[in-house]
Amino acid sequence: MTGLWSWLTTVDHKRIGVMYFLTSFFFFFVGGLEALLIRIQLMRPENAFISAETYSQMFTMHGTTMVFLVAMPMAVAFFNYVVPLQIGARDVAFPRLNALSFWVFLFGGLFINSSFLFGAAPNTSWVGYANLTSLQFTPGRNVEFWLIGLSILGISSILGGVNFITTIINLRAPGMKLLRMPLFSWMALVTSFLLVTAIPVVAVALILLAFDRFFGANFYEVTAGGDPILWQHLFWLFGHPEVYILILPSFGIISDVIPTFSRKPLFGYPVVVYAGILIGFIGWGVWSHHMFTVGLGPIADSFFVASTMIIAIPTAIKIFNWLATMWGGALRFPPPMLFAVGVVAVFTVGGLSGIMHASAPIDLQQHDSYFVVAHFHYVLVGGALMGLFSGIYFWFPKVTGKLMSESLGKWHFWTTMIGFNLTFFPMHFAGLFGMPRRTWTYQAELNLETWNQLSTVGAFIFGISSLFLVWNLFRSWKKGEAAPANPWDAATLEWSIPSPPPHYNFPVLPKVRSREPLWDEVERAEVEAVTLSEPEHEPEMPSPSFWPLVVALGVVLSWALVMTGVWWAPLLGLALTAFGIFSWAFQPAFR
Amino acid sequence: MARAAVIAQDDHHYTSTGLSSWKVGFWTFIGSECLLFASLISTYLVYKGRSVVGPYPEEILNIPLTSVSTFVLLMSSLAMVLALDGVQRGSRKLSLIWLGGVILLGSAFLGFQAYEFTHFVHEGLTIGTNVFGSSFFVLTGFHGAHVTGGVIWMITLWIMAARGKLAPADSLKVEIAGLYWHFVDIVWIVIFTLVYLIQ
Amino acid sequence: MFAPVAEASGKRRIARSAAGPRIALRGVMSLRRLTQARLNQARGMKNANLLRWMRQVGLLLTMAMVSACGEEYLQSTIDPVTDYGEVSQSLYLQVFWWTMIVLAVVWAVMAYILVRFREKPGQERPKPVHGHMGLEIAWTIAPAIIVVAITIPTIKGVFKVQRPPEGDALVVEVTGKRYWWSFHIPELGVTTANELHLPVGRPVSLRLESGDVIHSFWVPRLGGKRDVNPVVTVREGGEEKRNWMHFTLREEGVFWGQCAEFCGEAHSLMGIRVVGESEEDFQAWVSDWQTTAPTANAPEDASEATTENPLVARGREVFFRESYCVLCHSIQGTVAPGTIGPNLTRVGGRSTIAAGMLENTPENLELWIRDPRSVKPGVQMPGAQYDVTYEGVTFPPTNLDDEQIRALAAYLSSMR
Repeated sequence: MTGLWSWLTTVDHKRIGVMYFLTSFFFFFVGGLEALLIRIQLMRPENAFISAETYSQMFTMHGTTMVFLVAMPMAVAFFNYVVPLQIGARDVAFPRLNALSFWVFLFGGLFINSSFLFGAAPNTSWVGYANLTSLQFTPGRNVEFWLIGLSILGISSILGGVNFITTIINLRAPGMKLLRMPLFSWMALVTSFLLVTAIPVVAVALILLAFDRFFGANFYEVTAGGDPILWQHLFWLFGHPEVYILILPSFGIISDVIPTFSRKPLFGYPVVVYAGILIGFIGWGVWSHHMFTVGLGPIADSFFVASTMIIAIPTAIKIFNWLATMWGGALRFPPPMLFAVGVVAVFTVGGLSGIMHASAPIDLQQHDSYFVVAHFHYVLVGGALMGLFSGIYFWFPKVTGKLMSESLGKWHFWTTMIGFNLTFFPMHFAGLFGMPRRTWTYQAELNLETWNQLSTVGAFIFGISSLFLVWNLFRSWKKGEAAPANPWDAATLEWSIPSPPPHYNFPVLPKVRSREPLWDEVERAEVEAVTLSEPEHEPEMPSPSFWPLVVALGVVLSWALVMTGVWWAPLLGLALTAFGIFSWAFQPAFR
Repeated sequence: MARAAVIAQDDHHYTSTGLSSWKVGFWTFIGSECLLFASLISTYLVYKGRSVVGPYPEEILNIPLTSVSTFVLLMSSLAMVLALDGVQRGSRKLSLIWLGGVILLGSAFLGFQAYEFTHFVHEGLTIGTNVFGSSFFVLTGFHGAHVTGGVIWMITLWIMAARGKLAPADSLKVEIAGLYWHFVDIVWIVIFTLVYLIQ
Repeated sequence: MFAPVAEASGKRRIARSAAGPRIALRGVMSLRRLTQARLNQARGMKNANLLRWMRQVGLLLTMAMVSACGEEYLQSTIDPVTDYGEVSQSLYLQVFWWTMIVLAVVWAVMAYILVRFREKPGQERPKPVHGHMGLEIAWTIAPAIIVVAITIPTIKGVFKVQRPPEGDALVVEVTGKRYWWSFHIPELGVTTANELHLPVGRPVSLRLESGDVIHSFWVPRLGGKRDVNPVVTVREGGEEKRNWMHFTLREEGVFWGQCAEFCGEAHSLMGIRVVGESEEDFQAWVSDWQTTAPTANAPEDASEATTENPLVARGREVFFRESYCVLCHSIQGTVAPGTIGPNLTRVGGRSTIAAGMLENTPENLELWIRDPRSVKPGVQMPGAQYDVTYEGVTFPPTNLDDEQIRALAAYLSSMR
């Protein structure tokens, strides 16, 4: 089956992965455009290129978009496409649920961006601190688009998390013990655990806000005894694990890429795995380091100083192990490796400035200044996004069966490095010299112009660098050289099947005996004997279904109708959701 | 080796752990729900004693009545266990009786809650009155919504059983519904303890 | 969408360029003088040579382009003038060096690896190495040691910066409102807005509270920021919670700051000026405030009335009789009772208006009264031509004409 209908009803994890990727890639440019408007506005002191209100909408949507519509879903795109192939599964555990996650994500992203059509894009920053978000202080629909949009996206994330945990725990090929799994699948597992546990917390924060705004509750209303700080606790209880939700997939990717191009197995595999798990765990105990200025008292501050310092250790261990993997290797530098090495180099800067913030008295100066903006862009762009870029170059041949242009990839890498560093390094100085974050403009006397101009120039270079990637993707997809099953001589299962993979992935499930099945001559022969064989009967695959799309529409509709303020309106959406769920439940998964 | 792999290929139910994916997935989902309720309950506890105006919890919460409704919900869990047993034994009669019991007891619990809510509103406690009202109604309301969802689920199973479409082979469906039901029940025990008993 | 604001900002820029340099110069000159003085002092005090050297180099490095271009940073976070600021500063320098060392090691090792282990033509797959327990332990312990070395002084610092001063501190009640600051000194009965005078050498305790949403009080050279939270209403007998900030100024000067927690449209335009001055100057400022400004009220005897600047007299009439300014603003010693907006006592003596956004000149005052939105979008003050709704009450356009506005500005400026 081909054509539009086949995409709308698909339950194939590979197609869903591709749709996740394309959607998040599209939003990457939306968020990037917002960033460029921000940078133009800040290029000169006391500028009024865009109005203060527009500026608020831009930085709010830039943050919201990059976190929830780019970094997270792009990682999920890789989970979708790569994890089943890496662990030797034919699909995820719940293929239709997977489709539902995607459609809910897509509609949620479109919903939140549709606010631009009403001139009411969210404008209270991506952290949406109460009580600024109350009806009294931000009337308009802006906050409502934001809180409903995020709630919708949260549903998608939780369902995705459930699906990937189950897939990884339950659908590994025979012999694929947990400690034989490729690191990317491992980090997908840890990330999924963080998703299913962290998202409900922010969901509650949003639900309380919704009740305040729509039904007159008092959760963040100070005159009734409500405390706006509650929002900050709930938000950061989610927010800090969220940081690891964003960064761990990238750590996973480069932990697979670096060994491949060092032609050596990952150094200290179990240590890297445990460090990742540890980061996920401790990530739950550090949230108040986002709140040192709030006034929680010195005892609470000290506790969170200590826990935050501790989390630096497993992070450092990962970096050392990556370096040790390269040590003594035979290093090759195609684009995926360039980006992976770039991550190690650049993320280290972000990690170290993070140590500065962990020291509370320093943070009192740097908090909510451009120094922090510099820090988290080093972590989230240098760490997360560049890791995802590495993944794009790494797995593109598997997905499309075409090789990407290496020279364009190198151009992309170097322009990205220059643009990225030129954008974000000067922000350290802007922050040190007193430029607060989320500021529409700054006074000329503050002497911040030079730093901001450097950043603006850098941002445009960074913006242009992304066009190399677009062009490379498009050109290589159209007329790249055909890719063999294992173009990189990599070690893991996804490279044992043809590029692109058949829709059933593995004609027969391979049996795995080591962490690097394709690097052992004997094992490789065994595995490829089944993975490259033509099956007599194609394995039976789950049949396409229209119902995930219907349920997703129902979910989005029920939330969107909350905005009408008519109490029974959301029931219409719920009815559609229920109808979809019943039809789905009684439709056989296999034909 | 090839033979083992071929067997795996033909079996849709092959899993690494031997557990059904539905079970693993559902447990994960329940883990997620735990965090949801933990956050709601924490919110309630944070706001305990911080209402500026009444009615305050000690003035309005009716422990005897809620003890009865709690007992009703506990009994529904027992019915759930027996319903699963009925399905596993292949007894349509037992399945119908006990699934029906779950539905009735669950609905009775919801009835108690509806009575409690309307009574509170008459007493002057709404979601907008104070932080107690806000956090109480949202917490117990969310729980009530979960029970409602569970009752609808049980009705679906009851209809399936009535049509003879709930054979012992389908007992996993009832088992998972049961997981959900017991979970909702346990959450209520926690709420009952923290909200009603320890004031 | 963009046009009206661009136009408005044009006005703002013109207004500023007419008067801009004075303020800047004032801040900068005092800063230069004072920085030199403090450096000399610091040189005398420090004992360990290496430490001193590292501090100097650290500052030089972090301020890299600073020294090169001779720029002055009015909101520098690494140029403290209080005991509080110095705690952050000394920790910053310590951590700065630790991070530099780690970064240098990681990058050096990496550079070596990238050069040394590049694949050679025809090279075989290297011998697989799966790990090394000794190394793993070593590079777990090494960062752990560094982290402990940072954590201990950090926690000391955490307690130090939040400890209330011993002895007689000057308490200032700071209220952040969208988009300006109110400063009230209870023991002196002084209430002023946006520009706070403080004495050098005496401990100061700021009591922070918000009148609406969360703000953050940040004057970087005084020390780190502290959130300005709305006060949660508590049941009778309960304890209200407010944040405090304690410091002792070591130097005179004009210290710039601004709101550091996003609070709405004009968040970026919510400036603070703290004027640190000698005890005598501070006392002079206080007593100025406590005695009613000569021009605040109409002169009592007729002979003085004839010599008074007619524009000022006219402005007073506009303020008290022809407008409703007094609903929101008060002036000490007059009948103006308003508490919604900034207190205007001796407003002519402030260096800026509109929370640090405009230099305090009659022309800028006129602009501000006529069209405050052009200076500060989202401001909660009505203009000549537009109304504003504040906490559910709509204040109509003031409908003041140019003559009235000019007189009003003259009157306000006259109260120095």
